[in-house]
Amino acid sequence: MKLGIIAAVAAFAAVTGLGAPAAWAQTIKIGFITSYSGLNGNLGPYMERAVRLYIKLHQKELPPGVKIELITRDDTGPNPDKAKQLAQELIVREKVDLLAGVVFTPNALAIAPLATEAKVPFVIMNAGTAMITTRSPYIARTSFTLWQSSYPLGEWAARKFKRAYTLVSDYGPGHDAEVAFSMAFKKGGGTVVDSVRVPLQNPDWAAYMQRVKDARPDALMVFVPAGKTATAVMKTFEDLGLKSAGVKLIGPGDITTEEELPAMGDVALGVTTVFHWSLVGDRPANKAFVAAWKKEYGQNEIPNFLSVGSWDGTAMIFEAIKRQKGKLDPDKTMEIFRHWKFADSPRGPISIDPETRDIVQPEYLREVRKVNGQLANVELEVLSKAQKDPWKELNNKK
Amino acid sequence: MVLYVIAVGLSVTMGLMGFVNLAHGVFAMAGGFILSYAMARFAVPFAAGLLLAFVLVAAVSVVLERFLYAPLYAAGELAQVLFTIGLIFASVALARFVYGTASAPVFLPDHLTGQVRILGRDFPAYRVFLIVFSAALIAVLWFGVERTRWGAMVRAAVDNRAMAQSIGIDTRRLFTLTFALGSGLAGLGGALGADILPVHWGYPLEHLVYFLIVVAVGGLGSLRGPFVAALFIGIADTACKYWVPELGAFLVYAATIALLLWRPLGLFGVRA
Amino acid sequence: MSGYSADTRVRWTEWLPWVVALAAFFALPEYLALGARILIYILFALSLDLILGYAGIITLGHSAFFGLGAYTAGILSTKLGINDPFLQLVAAAAAGALLGISTGAVILRTRALTLLMLTLAITAILLEVANKMSSLTGGADGLSGVQVNPLLGLFKFDLWGKTAFLYCLAVLFIAWFFVRRLIYSPFGAMLTGIRENTTRMHAVGAPVYWRLVLVYTISGTLAGIAGALLTQVNQFVGLNVLGFEPSGELLVMLILGGVGRLYGAFIGPALYLIAQDYLAKQFPEYWYFGIGTLLIVIVLFAPGGILGLLDRLKPWLPSSRPGSSARASAR
Repeated sequence: MKLGIIAAVAAFAAVTGLGAPAAWAQTIKIGFITSYSGLNGNLGPYMERAVRLYIKLHQKELPPGVKIELITRDDTGPNPDKAKQLAQELIVREKVDLLAGVVFTPNALAIAPLATEAKVPFVIMNAGTAMITTRSPYIARTSFTLWQSSYPLGEWAARKFKRAYTLVSDYGPGHDAEVAFSMAFKKGGGTVVDSVRVPLQNPDWAAYMQRVKDARPDALMVFVPAGKTATAVMKTFEDLGLKSAGVKLIGPGDITTEEELPAMGDVALGVTTVFHWSLVGDRPANKAFVAAWKKEYGQNEIPNFLSVGSWDGTAMIFEAIKRQKGKLDPDKTMEIFRHWKFADSPRGPISIDPETRDIVQPEYLREVRKVNGQLANVELEVLSKAQKDPWKELNNKK
Repeated sequence: MVLYVIAVGLSVTMGLMGFVNLAHGVFAMAGGFILSYAMARFAVPFAAGLLLAFVLVAAVSVVLERFLYAPLYAAGELAQVLFTIGLIFASVALARFVYGTASAPVFLPDHLTGQVRILGRDFPAYRVFLIVFSAALIAVLWFGVERTRWGAMVRAAVDNRAMAQSIGIDTRRLFTLTFALGSGLAGLGGALGADILPVHWGYPLEHLVYFLIVVAVGGLGSLRGPFVAALFIGIADTACKYWVPELGAFLVYAATIALLLWRPLGLFGVRA
Repeated sequence: MSGYSADTRVRWTEWLPWVVALAAFFALPEYLALGARILIYILFALSLDLILGYAGIITLGHSAFFGLGAYTAGILSTKLGINDPFLQLVAAAAAGALLGISTGAVILRTRALTLLMLTLAITAILLEVANKMSSLTGGADGLSGVQVNPLLGLFKFDLWGKTAFLYCLAVLFIAWFFVRRLIYSPFGAMLTGIRENTTRMHAVGAPVYWRLVLVYTISGTLAGIAGALLTQVNQFVGLNVLGFEPSGELLVMLILGGVGRLYGAFIGPALYLIAQDYLAKQFPEYWYFGIGTLLIVIVLFAPGGILGLLDRLKPWLPSSRPGSSARASAR
């Protein structure tokens, strides 16, 4: 598949190189910072592939003579000083028109002041802590916030369960998920039996699960970084007999991402989550997106939620380019971002909240079931058609 | 307890052989990958997969030992530390290239899953199995080191290599074999623990500190040291997480520091 | 590795790093962000070289001082509103010194694996504390909004990184001057003695233990200053300044340049960071592999690092300068 990327990039370069009209070829430079190496940072390819695929499929929509140059940089994981240095160089050396990407919250926060000072629009395609968009008027986010998924989850859970226990990883998104869920759950009349925050580097969940078991809740709400941590939690959940004791495992969709489901196995069946997108979501735009992905990158490759955030972010950037005919003015770009609406997102109709510059999107209630012999997050109902970020709503933040 | 099986291998290489091998986690990771792959691709049964992990990792370690480790036996701690760090970096990159970023799924045989009832309380069956297995392992190893000629030879060779050679012990082969044993044990540990500690490309780095803690606290040159240390740390860690979860891993580090200051050679360390 | 030299005059080659730095400032204005980062890591490597190269203490926990210094500067600004850059530096230095002497006094009684483990445990604990006390440190999200007043009231920290670069250069210069004096003093001679033959030093009656604590404290102070510089330049601190990774990476940088050579600490970080900047862009996934292999190769074939290799080339160069001492001296 790596060869595939190289080939795709080479082809793309050849096409743009050969096809660019001579006269006034305008290049829009996008500084794309994400994580390719490093222990926690290897989600970069999911994002970059989405951006490149969108560009490839839609570049004919660009005004004549306009092309996009994607300059990628590796921040090697949650390293804010490195991210800042890279952003600084992209602005000063490469003179990028836009910054985009970023997996981790601290990196986004470190770059924010630069975006403001240099007036460079910054499209966040993943980092999910609620307050990020408040850090700079030049930030717009197309990914998600934990409040958007966990608050509706809490509302729903309050209708079904009386006692819940929350178990989250001890970092920004984890705190957001816990507070959001608890607030909504309690408002709905439920009782949060206990809330535990677990260090990120935690090899063994047995002790925590035992504690949960002894507390006998009806539901266990979990949030951990997507991937192997989620698998470890699932397995321990079953190992310690919580599943057979009737405790229901729920959480935001990060805990059952499609690429990790095969490793979890049947243990994950029945886990209910709330999220803005699933691979098997029954929408034409989604089916087209997944099909295009498989066609480009291989039948066994699948996109994940980072890809979706990046895909939509690129669509938003395209809108700004098209409306300004390739001549980007930072403030005009932000105005366009603010009022952007997109009906063809793989997740359903989305838009940007003009006041907060954050994503407004549908939230689905899903359950892990077997579809054609494979585990998948099946969407059961739409909990919210256009969910704004509850944290900003409740706290009046912009 | 998973830590023990992996760490006892480390105690063999570090303690018996005096080589600071930080890259031990790499062998554990390899064992985990082998088990996962064998079970998934070739439908190898669990027990056979464990054996395969042990044997293959030991075999590969022989090659590494011959060409890379051996020149460094006399080189001093810094060189060994640096070399093994380099090995870790190179290996994790290789693991990522070969296997990708996902973790290696391992599905335990049914008779090892679920719960068992012991003295009226439910315990996860697999963890009980691990404890029993580790205890058996240490018994076998102890017997091997204390009571057999091989054990005596190893101890002699480590104490005074020149002297041991002069009385006809082939220290070269001995070290290679011992290293293979230690690494094989690491592979076995990684495979055994793969269900609880998912094996993925960053595994050696992620758990480096834990392995080192177990060996340092247990004491170099001792086989029961790491067992007791792993047991102790496991219990302390679990208890802390259960009763005072806000402290997280803090207690383990604090306890390590306290223990090492009280007993710098580790609980059972015997190095002069 | 080098030994003590009685010749304390500054050789002309020793002015090279500063000339190069100033040249870079004028010739490469677009790379100053990277430049400042290199300078900070040179200072950090210098502090490590003091204890590793000269005193022979192997540590994997040096990031503890770096991180402590970084957070001290950050917290001073965000929580106490103290934005004066020099005060922040002083506070970070003091914090580094305090940590150095308190931990050094305790752990330097041990050696080898135990010492290594303890250094790791200390930085691990600091990482845990920083993570947990998020009201103070920002936790995993990091501490943002760090403000640094313009230097001397005039020079603001600008987008191009000009002020940052010269600021770091100045601090590094002062530190280098200090370290150089230290190494060439009788104190430095004693450190080399301790490293080469501890038993004999004990026999000679040298207060080995306290000397080690002293140099550990000095090293901690310098590393703390380096950490503070990082915070000031980026106006941000994250958890990535603590833990095993920065310590391990620094070790690699220093080994690359050459341990115990004073200038290994200059060459190593510069080469490493420049290579990373260039190569990691092209082949990010292979960076770890390259570094790992490089480290193995260095250990097996070139334990003196780059400077060690250059040393070996020396006999092939035209004749040496008159008046240089017979033994190889720190370059």
